[in-house]
Amino acid sequence: MRTAISGLDLRRATSVDDALRMLADEARTPIAGATDFYVALNFGTLAPRRFVDIWGIDDLRGIDVRHDVLVMGALTTYTDIIRSPLVAERLPMLIDAARQIGGPQIQNRGTIAGNVANGSPAADAVPVFAAADAVVVLRSIRQERRVPITQFYTAYRTSVMRADELIVAVEVPRVDGKQWFRKVGTRAAQAISKIVAAGVRGASPKFALGSVAPTVVRAYATERALASGTPIEQAALTLTREIAPIDDVRSTADYRGQVAQRLLRRFWSETN
Amino acid sequence: MAAVGNSVPRKDGIGKATGHAVYADDIVMPGMLHGRTIRSTIPHGRIRSVNVVGDVPGLIVVDHHDIPGRNVVDLIEQDQPFLVERDVRHLAEPILLLAHEDREVVDAVRVEIEYEELEPLFDPERSEGILKSIDIVKGDVEAALADADFIVEGTYRTGHQEHVYIEPNVVVAMPEEDGIAVFGSVQCPFYVLKALKSLLGASAHIRVVQTETGGGFGGKEEYPSMIAGHATLLALKSGRPVKILYDRGEDMIATTKRHPSIVRHRTGVMRDGRIVAMDVDVLLDGGAYSTLSPVVLSRGCIHAAGAYRCDNTRIRGRAVATNTPPNGAFRGFGAPQTEFAVEVHIERIAEELAMDPVSLRELNALRPGDTTATGQVMGTDCSAHMVLEEAVRRTEFRAKREQYRGTNRSIGLALFFHGAGFTGSGERHLNSKARIDLTERGVRIAVGSTEIGQGTRTMHAQIVADALAIPYEDVEVAQPDTTLVADSGPTVASRTCMVVGKILEQCAMEMKDRLGGMSPADYHAKHGGFSVLRKYEPPDWIEWDDHTYRRDAYATYAWGCDVVEIEMDPDTLEVRPVKVTAVQEFGRPIHPALARGQIEGGTAQGLGYALLEHVVMRNGGMANAQLTNYIIPTTLDTPEFDIVMLENPYAGGPFGAKGLGELPIDGPAPAVVNAIRHFGVDLREIPAIPERLVACASR
Repeated sequence: MRTAISGLDLRRATSVDDALRMLADEARTPIAGATDFYVALNFGTLAPRRFVDIWGIDDLRGIDVRHDVLVMGALTTYTDIIRSPLVAERLPMLIDAARQIGGPQIQNRGTIAGNVANGSPAADAVPVFAAADAVVVLRSIRQERRVPITQFYTAYRTSVMRADELIVAVEVPRVDGKQWFRKVGTRAAQAISKIVAAGVRGASPKFALGSVAPTVVRAYATERALASGTPIEQAALTLTREIAPIDDVRSTADYRGQVAQRLLRRFWSETN
Repeated sequence: MAAVGNSVPRKDGIGKATGHAVYADDIVMPGMLHGRTIRSTIPHGRIRSVNVVGDVPGLIVVDHHDIPGRNVVDLIEQDQPFLVERDVRHLAEPILLLAHEDREVVDAVRVEIEYEELEPLFDPERSEGILKSIDIVKGDVEAALADADFIVEGTYRTGHQEHVYIEPNVVVAMPEEDGIAVFGSVQCPFYVLKALKSLLGASAHIRVVQTETGGGFGGKEEYPSMIAGHATLLALKSGRPVKILYDRGEDMIATTKRHPSIVRHRTGVMRDGRIVAMDVDVLLDGGAYSTLSPVVLSRGCIHAAGAYRCDNTRIRGRAVATNTPPNGAFRGFGAPQTEFAVEVHIERIAEELAMDPVSLRELNALRPGDTTATGQVMGTDCSAHMVLEEAVRRTEFRAKREQYRGTNRSIGLALFFHGAGFTGSGERHLNSKARIDLTERGVRIAVGSTEIGQGTRTMHAQIVADALAIPYEDVEVAQPDTTLVADSGPTVASRTCMVVGKILEQCAMEMKDRLGGMSPADYHAKHGGFSVLRKYEPPDWIEWDDHTYRRDAYATYAWGCDVVEIEMDPDTLEVRPVKVTAVQEFGRPIHPALARGQIEGGTAQGLGYALLEHVVMRNGGMANAQLTNYIIPTTLDTPEFDIVMLENPYAGGPFGAKGLGELPIDGPAPAVVNAIRHFGVDLREIPAIPERLVACASR
C-alpha cells in the first residue's frame, strides 16, 4: 500500500438519507465494493482523502422490474447480476459482461454503480448500459434526477454527477432485439479490456464500445447506416470515424481501430 | 519402500499449506525500521545534488558515503554500485536509503534530486558498450555456405520477461555480534554473503539466512545481494533491524528481467535437407551493468545452433550495455531466446525446401556420435530423436497439420535441449560442497541449496534416504544459513538435483559405510554424531577451453519436444493454446509429481513468454509494472497438458537424474510461433500479441 492509510477519513452511512446528508455536508467519495479504490490505494494514485462507505445500505440492493423497466439498485454486484433470472430474461448481455469482470472475488464486491461512477473508459458494464439506453438515477438531499448513460460522461473520467449526488439505481427499459456482447482482453480471465463492445439488433440497431475513446462510445452514425441498409463494410468505415482509440500500455490505436470494425461485422453476422 | 521415483510428501508441504512457514515479511522484530530506496527518475545523467526535504525525527538516511567497504555488488564484473555516487546509468537506480519505524512516515519523505541529464541509449544495436563477446567456430562456415544449394536467412527477436514470483523481494537485516545477520527471500545465500563481504570488508561477521521463499525463477539469483546490502547499511547505521520489502510495482520496475535478444541466422542447406552451414549472430541487451550477462550470453550462444548436427558452424555473440535496469538471470538463462530463433528458423527452412518440418528435424537432429557447435561428442544420453519421435507419434502431428489446414486451428512443434549444471569448467571452479550430519533421529542435510518451490528439500531428502537405505521421514533438511551449512553453490542452472544431489548421494554412501549396518539413531546413541562433507567431482572426461569455447560445454543435456495446438480468433487474432504435449527426457525423475510440476509450470511460463507477457518500455523503464497490465497466464489460459517423461539415465547424476528446472521453458515459444506460421503469418518475434499479428497480417 503506497497510500498512507492513516490519512484517510472514512464514514459509514447507515441509510441512503444518512449518506446524502454526509455528501451534502462535505465532499466525500462514496465507496462500496472498493474494488477500484484498492487498486488506487495500492499504487499510491488515490487522490480523495474523505470517503463514505455505502456498502451496508440494503435499500440500494435488489433487482426488480417496475413498469416494464429493469431497475437495479446501485449496489447490485456482478454476482447478483449473474444469478438474476430477471437480468437473464431482459438483459442477458449484461450477464455476459458480468461473468468476464475480474474473478469471483471482484464479482462478489464490484457494483454497477461503482463501474459507472469510476468512469473508466474500459468499464465492461458501461457499453452494455449504453447499448441498452440505460438511465442512471442520481439522488441528492435536494432532488432526484435521471440521466441517460449516453449523456452521463463529459470527458475522460468526468461526468455530470455532482459532489452531493449518489447513484441510487440504474434503470434499463425493455430492449427490443437480439443482444450481443464481446470483451477483448487477450487473457481468458482477470483482464482489463483492450476493447469491449455491446450491441442490440432490433428495428433500430444499437452498438456501443469501450476502450476506444476517453468515454464510452455509442456509435449513432454507424447505427443509422446499419438501419438504412448500408453494407456492413461501409458501416464499419463509418465506425472508425466515431472512435478515437489511443496507444497505451494495454494495446495500440491501430489494433483497437481494426478490431472495432471486425467486432461490428461479427455483431452483425452473429445477430442476423 | 524406496523414496526415489515415488511422489513422497513434500518436506515443506505442511508448513506452507497451514501457514506456519515463515517468510521474510513475517519477521517482525522489536524496534525494527522500514527501509525505503530512493531511485533515479532519469535513465542517464549525473547527480548534481540530493536533498532530503524537511527534518523528520527518527529518520535514518544512508548514501554511498556510509559504505565501509567497496561500493560494488561483487558478482562477475565489479561495475554495479550499491548506491549511485554520481553517474546514473538507468531509471530506478538506487541513490539514497531511508528508514523509519513508521512505514507511512518513511514513505512520505520527499527527496529532491537535481540531475544533469545525458542522452540515454536504449537500442542495443546502436550500443558500443560490449559487456561480453563470444566466438564459437567449428569448420569453415563461409566455404560451406558457398557450396550450399540454398541459403536461408532470418532475424528473430524476443522481448523482456518479468519473473512474477508470487512473493516480491524482501530482506530483513539485523545487527549481530559486531556484524550483521540477513534474512531474506533469496536463491543464493552465498552470493549475498560474497556481496556483503565486499560491502563491509572481509573481516566483518556476516550471516545470511534464507527464509521460506515464494518463487525465484532466476529473479532472486543476483538482485537480492543489492537489497541485502541496502538493508545492511541501514541496520548498521541505525543499530536496529531493518526490513526492506518491495511492492509489486517497485519489484517490476527496479529488478532484473530476461534479456531481450536479436538473433540472426544464415544457414546453408542442401536440396535433400541436410544443414551444412550455420552462421548465427546473437545480440543480448544487458541493460546498464554486467550482472550475469556474460554467462547468460554464454549459455545462449552454446544453445544457439539448436539440437542439430552441422559440421560448419559459427556463433558470434555480444551482450551490450543500454540505459535500462540490468537484465539478469531468468529460468533458461539465454537459451529460450536462442532456441526460439533457431526453431523458428528451422521451420522457415522447411518451408523454403517445401519439406515436412518433422522430416527436416529428423534428418538433422543430433544423434550419439555427432558433435555440437562446441565440438562436444554426443553420448548415449543424447535423446533428440527419442523425444521428437514420441511427440510426433502421440500427437499424430503430420495428420493433424493437414487436417487443420484452412481452419482457425493449427499445430506447431519445437525440438530443444538444455545443458545441465554450470557451463564448461564452471562446476570445477565452483568446487561445491555438501554435508550431512548424523543426528539423534536420523540424518540432517546441510547445504546452501534453497527450496524456492521447486522441491529441493524433498528431492535431496529422497536421494539421501535411499543412498543410506533409511526411511525418507528420518531425513531432515537444515534451513540454509551461511554459518551452518556447506556452500553447495548457487541454486541455479538446473544443477541442484544433478550436481548437489550427486554430492549428497556420495556423502550418504560414505556415511552408510561408517554406520556399518547400524541405524543412524542406534549409531548416534552408541557413538555420538558425526558429519560427512564432500566436494563435487565433475566427470573426469570433461574438457573445456574458456577462450575458444571448444569441447564439452555441459556434462549432459536434457531433451524436449513440445507440440502446441492453438486456435486463433478470426476477429481479434488472439491466439489460445488448446493443448500442449511436452515430451521431455531428463535422465530420471526423482519425484515424479514434482518433476511434472516443473514441466507444467515451465511450459505455462513459456506460453506466457510466447503469447502474453509484454514488457512495455518507456524512457528506459517498465511502463506496465502492474499485474493488471503485465499479463501472465491464468489457469483459464493454461491448456490441457500431456506431459511425457521419458527416461535415459545419466551415469553422472544421482540415480540417473539430469537437470530439469529450465528445460521446459525453452520449447513453448517456438512451438507456438511455428503453429502461427501454419496460418500463413510470418511472425518472427515474441510475444506474439494480437497487436503484432494484426500488423503482420496487414503487411
